[in-house]
Amino acid sequence: MSDEPKVRAVGEGRIVNSAFGLLAWIVGLVFFFPVFWMVLNSFKSEQDANTSPKLFFHPTLDRYRDVTKSTTGLLSFADAFANSAVVVLLSTAIVMALAIPAAYALAIRPVAKWRDVLFFFISTKFLPVVASILPIWILARNLHLLNTRQSLIILYTAINLPLAVWMLRSFFREVPRELIEAAEIDGASLRGQLTSIILPIAAPGIAATALLCVIFAWNEFFYAVQLNPVKGSTVPIWVTTNISTRGDFLAKLSAASVLACIPVVLAGWIAQKRMIRGLAMGAIK
Amino acid sequence: MNATTLRRPLPRYALSESWRRRLPLLPALLFTIALTQVPFVMSIYYSLTDWHVVPPGPREFVGLDNYNKLFSDHFFGQAVWTSVKLTVVPVLGSLVLGAAFALLLDRRFFGRGIVRTLLITPFLLMPVVVGLIWKNQMFDTLYGVLNWGIDKLGFTPVEWVSRYPTWSIALVLIWQWTPFMMLILLAGLQSMPSDVIEAAKVDGATPWGIFRQLTLSHLRPYMELGILLGTIYLIQVYDLIAVMTGGGPGSTNVPYFVFQRSIGGGWEFGRASSYSIVVVLASIVIATVALRVLSNLLKGEEAA
Repeated sequence: MSDEPKVRAVGEGRIVNSAFGLLAWIVGLVFFFPVFWMVLNSFKSEQDANTSPKLFFHPTLDRYRDVTKSTTGLLSFADAFANSAVVVLLSTAIVMALAIPAAYALAIRPVAKWRDVLFFFISTKFLPVVASILPIWILARNLHLLNTRQSLIILYTAINLPLAVWMLRSFFREVPRELIEAAEIDGASLRGQLTSIILPIAAPGIAATALLCVIFAWNEFFYAVQLNPVKGSTVPIWVTTNISTRGDFLAKLSAASVLACIPVVLAGWIAQKRMIRGLAMGAIK
Repeated sequence: MNATTLRRPLPRYALSESWRRRLPLLPALLFTIALTQVPFVMSIYYSLTDWHVVPPGPREFVGLDNYNKLFSDHFFGQAVWTSVKLTVVPVLGSLVLGAAFALLLDRRFFGRGIVRTLLITPFLLMPVVVGLIWKNQMFDTLYGVLNWGIDKLGFTPVEWVSRYPTWSIALVLIWQWTPFMMLILLAGLQSMPSDVIEAAKVDGATPWGIFRQLTLSHLRPYMELGILLGTIYLIQVYDLIAVMTGGGPGSTNVPYFVFQRSIGGGWEFGRASSYSIVVVLASIVIATVALRVLSNLLKGEEAA
């Protein structure tokens, strides 16, 4: 799929096109405004943030210092980010370790009834999390896994695995069959085929899949708040517990929000084209 | 799949061909079953019991008692209605906006990549952050941007979140999910064969006619996919409600209600499980339709 828009009739629609371009810019800027305002507020003093909206002010980094240094809640900035990093990276690594062989068995040398298996994976995404949270909570409590990072690593692996299998299958299908067959004739094992042919060719798709897993795990709140409210908590919990109940907090909240969102937003911006393909075409094609 | 026609070296160990194919699949499959199907079956069992967890009480089997009580539970009825509103309104709202944005982005104009980047950003933000910044910087009665605008226009400021909790949350959900719909529809627009449009133009079709006859019918499966995936995710919304209102009439949907009645302080795991099973039944209905759509798309892929 090419990302270039189709060439409209040349000349004829020049003015129309620039009018639509202008409209698109206005729509984009209006839509983006809450994000822009959040970033702006994060550089304000609390007095400047908590008044009628101000566009011009003395920018300061003090709010960032406040939220990264002080610990209003039980959770410090450094702990929350370290916990999130561990949980997100380990769960994504496990997802990929499980999903890559599974995608191979669904796309390249398919098992019998591969379509049913594929549908089973995707149908688990349709099972609402509330349907399983109570037994999981009981189980985690009985195994003394409440308030641990392990419980979140396992659960984030479970949320992302079906999506990863689904996406990787579609990327693996695009690896030229002749190459795989040649390797098979040479007697390459599953691991040999994966490392020498499939993984290098499907690398961009694998990266997009991993990135999507990272995004979902980084932003996850429901399990984090149900199973892990104190020790080992992640960044979303840090943001929500960082709001002081006394006095003004909008500028500090904005600074904390910017810090919490930056890793995923940057990654998403950089990889947007590939993610568009992964999200939309991965399901369709 | 012509792999079977190939000659392969003899298996080095005594596994039949079909098991050698299955082996790489098993870890992922077993993990998924253990983490999704097993707890779900346990939820069904819980829903047939009367069980208070904190302080621990006995777990008594009560049959369908919890389900009988559902119909007379006024609060549950309210939560179901809120769930319906908080799913249908954001799905349709974000679909319409997403379609409009996708049509705008399908043209060539200066800075198209930047505008697309601006438009997808809400979807990348952490949902709790989305809820908190909308509540505190947009909707706030004293310092919120919306009320500042309303005040400048000479109207009385509105306490958005407390007076209109459902519509405030729905608006934020539309903002968050429009990029998702836009991306799916954009992929659809860009896969549209241009020769068909050229042919229609040659035949003297008007732009509006082309849009209605060709574009819309080509986009239909993509719209269905967007509606179905959006519904599946939006029916489970929890984060926004937790940070924007913390529940209450008009904002407690069924998932939040399950939480309130169990881990959130109710500790009635039997009753709460019966609520969650109702969400599952609703989702199964939607998912059946969703899988049929996906299946048609996959069949198209095989035929191609």
